[in-house]
Amino acid sequence: MSALLHFWSTHRGELATLVGQHVLLVAASTLVAVAIGVPLGIFAARRPRLASPLTTIANVVQTVPSLAMFGFLLPVPLVGGVGARAALVVLILYGLLPIVRTTIAGLRGIDPVVREAGVAMGMTDGELLRRVALPLALPSIIAGVRVAAVVGVGSATIAAAIGAGGLGEYIYRGLSMVDTTVIFAGAIPAALLALIVDGALLWTERQLTTRRRVRRSAAAIAAAVALVVATAVSGVAARRSRDVIVVGSKNFTEQLVLGELVAQSLERNGFTVDRRLNLGGTLICERALLTGDIDVYVEYTGTALTAVFHQPIANDSSQVFDTVRELYARTGRTLLPPLGFNNTFAILVRGDEARARGLKTIDDAARESPHWRAGFGYEFAERPDGFPGLARTYGFRFPGPPRVMDLTLSYRALASGQVDMIAGDATAGLIKGLDLVQLVDNRHYFPPYDAAPVARAETLLRYPGMRTALDRLAGRVSADDMRAMNYAADVEHHDITRIAASFLDQLRLR
Amino acid sequence: MTPAIAFRDVSFSRPGGRVVLDRFSIAIEQGIVLALVGRSGAGKTTILKLINRLLLPDAGSVVVEARDTREWNPIELRRRVGFVLQDVGLFPHMTVGKNVAVVPELEHWPEARVTARLAELLDLVGLPASQFASRWPDELSGGQRQRVGVARALAADPPVLLMDEPFGALDPLTRSELHGEFRRIQARVRKTVIIVTHDMGEAFALADRIGVLEEGRLAACDAPAAIAASTDPRVRRLLDALPAIPRP
Repeated sequence: MSALLHFWSTHRGELATLVGQHVLLVAASTLVAVAIGVPLGIFAARRPRLASPLTTIANVVQTVPSLAMFGFLLPVPLVGGVGARAALVVLILYGLLPIVRTTIAGLRGIDPVVREAGVAMGMTDGELLRRVALPLALPSIIAGVRVAAVVGVGSATIAAAIGAGGLGEYIYRGLSMVDTTVIFAGAIPAALLALIVDGALLWTERQLTTRRRVRRSAAAIAAAVALVVATAVSGVAARRSRDVIVVGSKNFTEQLVLGELVAQSLERNGFTVDRRLNLGGTLICERALLTGDIDVYVEYTGTALTAVFHQPIANDSSQVFDTVRELYARTGRTLLPPLGFNNTFAILVRGDEARARGLKTIDDAARESPHWRAGFGYEFAERPDGFPGLARTYGFRFPGPPRVMDLTLSYRALASGQVDMIAGDATAGLIKGLDLVQLVDNRHYFPPYDAAPVARAETLLRYPGMRTALDRLAGRVSADDMRAMNYAADVEHHDITRIAASFLDQLRLR
Repeated sequence: MTPAIAFRDVSFSRPGGRVVLDRFSIAIEQGIVLALVGRSGAGKTTILKLINRLLLPDAGSVVVEARDTREWNPIELRRRVGFVLQDVGLFPHMTVGKNVAVVPELEHWPEARVTARLAELLDLVGLPASQFASRWPDELSGGQRQRVGVARALAADPPVLLMDEPFGALDPLTRSELHGEFRRIQARVRKTVIIVTHDMGEAFALADRIGVLEEGRLAACDAPAAIAASTDPRVRRLLDALPAIPRP
């Protein structure tokens, strides 16, 4: 708690900016959603044939996960790309459904006698709408706006993934840094914001419904509570039965491939495996391994050293490995031998630009930096061994602060020219697929990130064959192998299970 | 004198094809109260809707103030014809005062004139503005709501007032009270009133003339005394339906 207060007090200015961005995103998107949704609802309420397809479309839009939506929009001109504009488009699309629906419901719910009275008194269509129908439907419409705004506060946290800012930036940063304080620093103000928005609109709705007895006060709050409970329950429900080895992975392609490699290696040695792949980041894998929710996953030595154990960075590969193995051992985990590739950060530029300007090393990039824009993932932007140290070592002088965005999206942002330099993974398949060039770390700035499985010691003791199975992978996966598998998954869209299986088949022949 | 409203050989069928009015004709003089009596489905409400152009006849013509309803601008026509519905249909989101002021405000009367008219009308229907203007419809009794409905229909001083079973949903005591009120009001405003009812007793209580509807045609149309003395079996049936009061 005191750490949280300390974080807020040291990040006052940034916090205020992020809250401001968040409020602005939600307010602007909700207003536009109202401006589009209410007329659409009015239009549809009069035409029953239109109302149901319209609601269906809005429902479908709602079910698209927001991060996927950002991905779809990235290459779209005008509305796409990275930044606040694309985030607004997504938030508006999400806000439309509840508003259209409640507008239709509100207008349809009006007593026909009241309408008839209006017509008989000589009201024109417009007068009937303005003086009778809309005022009577207003409480219902406001209820829809309330849902849209509260959902918007939540969805806007995801907007940080495409560099639109907002409180999601702390949440992503915290997840990447394995730092709950930073997560809470963003999550708590976001939750408060949702409560404030909900309360303010509920109050408005009540003011408007004083003439009627209908109260739907608790609905949105109940939904929010249900969401939290569901998340908690699904975490608890992830309990496992005995005699099964649970394999975990983080939520990016390479980790999914490595998770499959580990899982299938175990299966080929007769174990029953439960896959908990796609866990949301280092923090979640680390916690899951500690509590026994998973038994094994593949970690990178440099990440473990700095992000899990908060140790200063070091550049010697075997020294880092030994330190990390020691630290894991103290907490009941065993770091197995490295797989054979180093997934260090790769400073990437566009291939055509690298060839045109003869860029080979990071020093070359530093020279170009005064007229470049950089884009980084949360982790790299914040970590001491990320951009701050890199800028010092190489003397980068970018004209503006780097755009902070989701790592996977940053490759496409670079390829489409929205940024000029990113820090990616050295093994990323997209490097090959998008014609990106990795610059040489000529000053040896980046620490080693050797991939190695880390397992619960307890599980290894219980299943002696498990260690043997995993040791067969040691030193057998090269950086080229990894990049090829990532390429097959990311660019050629092959099935990850098949990619892992055919790699294991090849290993036997080598 | 030209009649305020005239139906000339008006025929009207519902979309399903059922004939509601069959060459129906009537001339209604200015300033009288005409009660149209008939059983449910006899076409009473249809006649009212034809007058303010909520419906148009299939054949024949409906003439209001010497002009065919087909030639009237429907909005203009409806604002010159007050309408009191059985279910009143007060706007629940407006106070009593706002409800009564709807048509004057649609007609963009100056505010002072609206306020003065409001006080006058609420007084007329026995609901003093000082007490009732800021009340909400759901705070009123059924009888009070119906009075507000009458005040609202009279607001812009229309020459014609249509009433569709206006007292049908009220208890007998309140109804009889409102009958008295109605006669008192009519004595002051002298509108051309067409009131639709299935209750012959109500027709006798209120009307200057009574029209009896049977199968889409006018079976009889006369002064109450003449109707009471009628030997026409179609009229007698409705008269016989009146409850006899047992003698002590």
